[in-house]
Amino acid sequence: MSQGSESFISHFSDLTLADRLTVGGKSASLGELTRAGVAVPPGFAVTTCAFETFLSQSDPHGEIRSEVAALDSGDTNLVSVASARIRQRVCDMPMPADIADEICSNYRSMARNGSGAAVAVRSSATCEDSETASFAGLQDTYLWVRGEEQLLDQVRACWASLYNSESITYRQRLDLPEKQISMAVVVQQMVDAVCAGVMFTRSPTTGDKSVIVIEGSWGLGSSLVSGEVTPDHFVVNKVTGEIMTRNISPKELEHVPDPSGSGVLERLVDEERRSVPCLSDDTLGRLWRIGRKVEEHYGSPQDIEWAVPRDKSEETVYLLQSRPETVWASRQKEPAAKPTDKAFEHVLNMMGGKKR
Amino acid sequence: MNKKTSANPFPLPSEIESVPGTEGWEEMYPYFSRVQAGDDKIFWFYNSMHFSEPLPAFDALTAEVPYTAMGASTTRIFAFPATYGVEHRIINGRVYITAHAVTDPDEIARRTEVFNKRAAHYFENWDELYEKWHKKMLGLIEEVKGIEVPALSEFDDESVVLEARGIGQNHFVREGYHHCINLFSKMWHHHFEFLMLGYGAYMVFFQFCKKAFPEIPDQMVARMVAGIDLLMFQADDKLKILAHRAVEVGIEASFVDGADPKVVLKEIESAGDKGKKWLKTFAEVRDPWFNISVGDGFYHYHRSWDDDLTVPFSAVSHYVDMIKAGEDIERKTDELRKERKRIADEYRDLIDNDEERAAFDQMLGLCHRVFPYVEDHKFYCEHWFTTSFYAKIREFGDLLVREGILKDREDIFQLTHLEVEEALVDTMLAWAAGSKPIGASHWQPIVDKRRAILAKFADWDAPIAIGPMPEHLEDPAVQMLWGITSETLESWSMHPDEVNEKEIHGFAASPGVVEGIARVLKNVNDIGQVREGDILVSPVTTPSWGPVFPKIKAAVSDIGGTMSHAAIVAREYGMPAVVGTGRATKRITTGQRLRVDGDNGIVTILD
Repeated sequence: MSQGSESFISHFSDLTLADRLTVGGKSASLGELTRAGVAVPPGFAVTTCAFETFLSQSDPHGEIRSEVAALDSGDTNLVSVASARIRQRVCDMPMPADIADEICSNYRSMARNGSGAAVAVRSSATCEDSETASFAGLQDTYLWVRGEEQLLDQVRACWASLYNSESITYRQRLDLPEKQISMAVVVQQMVDAVCAGVMFTRSPTTGDKSVIVIEGSWGLGSSLVSGEVTPDHFVVNKVTGEIMTRNISPKELEHVPDPSGSGVLERLVDEERRSVPCLSDDTLGRLWRIGRKVEEHYGSPQDIEWAVPRDKSEETVYLLQSRPETVWASRQKEPAAKPTDKAFEHVLNMMGGKKR
Repeated sequence: MNKKTSANPFPLPSEIESVPGTEGWEEMYPYFSRVQAGDDKIFWFYNSMHFSEPLPAFDALTAEVPYTAMGASTTRIFAFPATYGVEHRIINGRVYITAHAVTDPDEIARRTEVFNKRAAHYFENWDELYEKWHKKMLGLIEEVKGIEVPALSEFDDESVVLEARGIGQNHFVREGYHHCINLFSKMWHHHFEFLMLGYGAYMVFFQFCKKAFPEIPDQMVARMVAGIDLLMFQADDKLKILAHRAVEVGIEASFVDGADPKVVLKEIESAGDKGKKWLKTFAEVRDPWFNISVGDGFYHYHRSWDDDLTVPFSAVSHYVDMIKAGEDIERKTDELRKERKRIADEYRDLIDNDEERAAFDQMLGLCHRVFPYVEDHKFYCEHWFTTSFYAKIREFGDLLVREGILKDREDIFQLTHLEVEEALVDTMLAWAAGSKPIGASHWQPIVDKRRAILAKFADWDAPIAIGPMPEHLEDPAVQMLWGITSETLESWSMHPDEVNEKEIHGFAASPGVVEGIARVLKNVNDIGQVREGDILVSPVTTPSWGPVFPKIKAAVSDIGGTMSHAAIVAREYGMPAVVGTGRATKRITTGQRLRVDGDNGIVTILD
């Protein structure tokens, strides 16, 4: 891998999916979305080049990778002990000064009103979010990170999360060669979300590609992703945008930024707001359009995370992530029908009770 | 609520009691329509789609004849593999039916062989045969209108002698009457000539869509198939032409909402040249476009626009108001066509398998070919022919009034069609004998009694189904015509109608959810009462109701499926609709606040 200092950082607007090897799946996808004209909170990627530089300085002989590659993933105890040790080692390794400088100067340029920006720091492995493997939730995400020191710590923590035991086991199961696995990190402006959630551009329950399923809850999306809240559930017709189903749930909890300036706080939602739909028909319509656009851009159904900013002056919905849907995509489906010699033979077959 | 598993959710036929004060009602209907020993073992459902109100004695013909013709088509003519025909019973004036499915695989195989050859002939020659059908139907309409009801004049016409015809005019009383009934029967046979095959094409596409897109709403399939240039829409377009013409020639002031049509016509007639110009246009569109029934062709009192101009004139005045307000009243057929194509194309693009896409193309193509018949046959059969038929029966009613047997021409419909023949024979005999018919004292008390019975029947809450709940209900005819499947039964048994007084279930016919004030109209002649923003609740929505749609916010009907007129029109206007509720007009009263959920087919009374 090249080690030019200018490639420690890449801005979203310069990235496409083709850059996955240098910035990981998540950053590449955010770059791709930005270029497709979808609103994505601004930010940058700490490239795999930064990670490789960091690793080669403290582990010049590649001991970590050799050890992981040699692990027997069937032995959970062994993996978990080794994983903890390796992660600790990564966290203790010093951050090279040139990398730290570049991260910090880019972070400073994100600041608004003089105070340090609140950012999300998310791992972006080179093997994740591909069509065949989502690696969903296997690596770490840190929300509402503020200040340079904290930022650098969390970047390192993301690097270390490449050696989570779940992550190691997962890629061994998929037979991914350890040498090709690298880690980039996304540093992205936090959205103070009034509500947030997920959107699937095909039904997760039936695989139907003609619907878009949207789930949302009050506050940051983390309450929904972690399963602490039963979200509002909407099914929108992909073709017409008509809202086909609305299941409004009592949303008792929400995650909001800690008033201290960094970190996330969990709090009870006011009684009167719990059973109010977290999305208006207008916003659902906006999400529907975005879902169609993103799916069309990628050419396949997507699994999307979105957030609506609390600041009402921003008439936008941000996408925090989009990755290919993998569950239904990997299933072989029998065609609902095959063509017949003459069109009316379909009717004859049905009437004769011939089941296809 | 808990699903009942032990007890049958529906009453048995033998458990149903006559409505108090209607004892002896059975004699109003043919013996074969009465509950028989053994009927308790059979599952029957209330055909509320066609018979939302109690049947007058004569109108029982509209159950007997269609079932004769439908079963002929499915059981004997085409030999549909998995279905025979339908049997019916009349209970407290309501029609209950049961379908006879074919379940023996050998029998199905034998019928399939016959069916495939015969159905293929119709599908392969569809356009040509449909063209012929069209001519046959116009012929039947001409024929029924042309039947002469003898005047029973003092002396027969001289020509009977001079041309040596030798047959007295009293003979033609019965011959003409038989002719009417025979033509009615022929019309119904032709009604089913293509229908089941047409619905079959729709059903096969429907099932395909449900498999390829498990969450697709029924009405989305309907939207891809529904025609744009339906005759029913054309009738409404003619009213718009009349409205434009009125404004053009300057007689629009005569069209006041709620005005008596006779007064309106008189005013126009006295308006000189302007009036003449409009009347000329009126004469041009009146035949055939005013042969629209205000109902669905099953009750004698559903008259045509031509019989009673209240409905079309009220619509014209509404359109006049819209034109004067600068509104565009034209249907955007090009846009509708484009949107239909866009929806179908997008669903097509969502299919990721070439073979499946080819099958989609074949099925949708077939639907578009057969659907003009499915949608337009009603105009000829249930509307034009049937209103002409009833008009002719009224002429026989006039004869019975002239001969002193009945007091009012409408009384004829309180007699069964066989009893009418008896009464007519009475006049034939009396004319021959030079005496007076003796039927007055016989029939008039019967007419009065039956009117009273019908009034009592009207309030009866007919159970949605009776008899033991079947394990499966897979009859294709029932599924195609009534949209009833095993799942429907499941939901019926889960929502016995009395359980939740506030919720009424029907078909989700047009998407969206709105709340508003109910306007319950039992009769289309009352459409003048509808106010801007009302939710229309009506027994049935036929093209006669078309003009009310620009005013309303949502539509709810007792009768109809996702391909019904109300459903099609509501989708075009983009308003929620729930149809086929069975009894919305009974449960809802004008002024109540409703929520209409057109996505799930639920109407909730909010008050």
